[in-house]
Amino acid sequence: MTGPYAAYILSAYGFSALAIIGLALWIGLDSRAQKRALADLEARGIRRRSARSDQTAPSSR
Amino acid sequence: MSDIAPARPGRFSILANPTRFLELSGKVQPWLYGLALLALAAGLGLGVVAPDDYQQGATVKIMFIHVPFAWLCMMIWTVMSVSALGTLVWRHPLADVSVKAAAPIGAVFTALALLTGSIWGRPMWGTWWVWDARLTSVFVLFLMYLGLIALTRALDEPGKSAKAAAILVLVGFVNIPIIKFSVDWWNTLHQPASVMRMDGPAMPAAFLTPLLLSALGFTLLFFALHLTAMRNEILRRRVEALSRLAARRAETPSKEALA
Repeated sequence: MTGPYAAYILSAYGFSALAIIGLALWIGLDSRAQKRALADLEARGIRRRSARSDQTAPSSR
Repeated sequence: MSDIAPARPGRFSILANPTRFLELSGKVQPWLYGLALLALAAGLGLGVVAPDDYQQGATVKIMFIHVPFAWLCMMIWTVMSVSALGTLVWRHPLADVSVKAAAPIGAVFTALALLTGSIWGRPMWGTWWVWDARLTSVFVLFLMYLGLIALTRALDEPGKSAKAAAILVLVGFVNIPIIKFSVDWWNTLHQPASVMRMDGPAMPAAFLTPLLLSALGFTLLFFALHLTAMRNEILRRRVEALSRLAARRAETPSKEALA
């Protein structure tokens, strides 16, 4: 990687890696935030109706 | 006319249940990421050791990412168009989730296609940018992605923007064949297709194999990221609904006590 085009090639790969890792990180952190918020709500006893009925009555299927 | 509910639900109607979708996608997800990374490692690894092209020299290595990004930005819009049909025609409850989740990923890949193309163009064409038909139509695609991102996030109620977003996606789909055939219809600086041609790919295996593997890897990576982003969106809507429920309960605490 020392040819005349090395800087072009490395910057193309570098920017792409940066953007894709950033995108993956953003989606990953979002996932963690939503899961935490949901767990937080459940800890306060706020559940979805379907989740609540799962616990009290057996499923119809 | 009488059978309103089909006897056996199809594959897509099973997935219409968000809980079912979360369950299934959770199982598929790690495999998709694993396969994507495997294909990317193989493709980009072969790309590093690929010989220099007799015309492009070492910059041919940029093609192993530029071409997959360019394919992806068109494929992602196509995936969103199918989802938009899902919103408008079949009223699939996860269709607008799919559009909303795909738009930022599509925008990133389109931006990267433009950027890597530009970096390749500087040494090979002698210019970072020309307003030829291919580059301009991809730039328009990028703007449409940005518009779609804004539209899907403009309204608090997700159902309200779903229809408008679906219409924008379908209208914007007109641009996809324009991008694809721009190099044939107009006299462009951008070269015509060299892989998907009637007479077969016009390049040796030393370039074709890493290119196809890397394209496969990025495609799998898109589907993996898309799946995670869709799961996030479903969870976000649950969190919002539950927060509203919690707020309502806090307003009327005596309702359950009275009953």
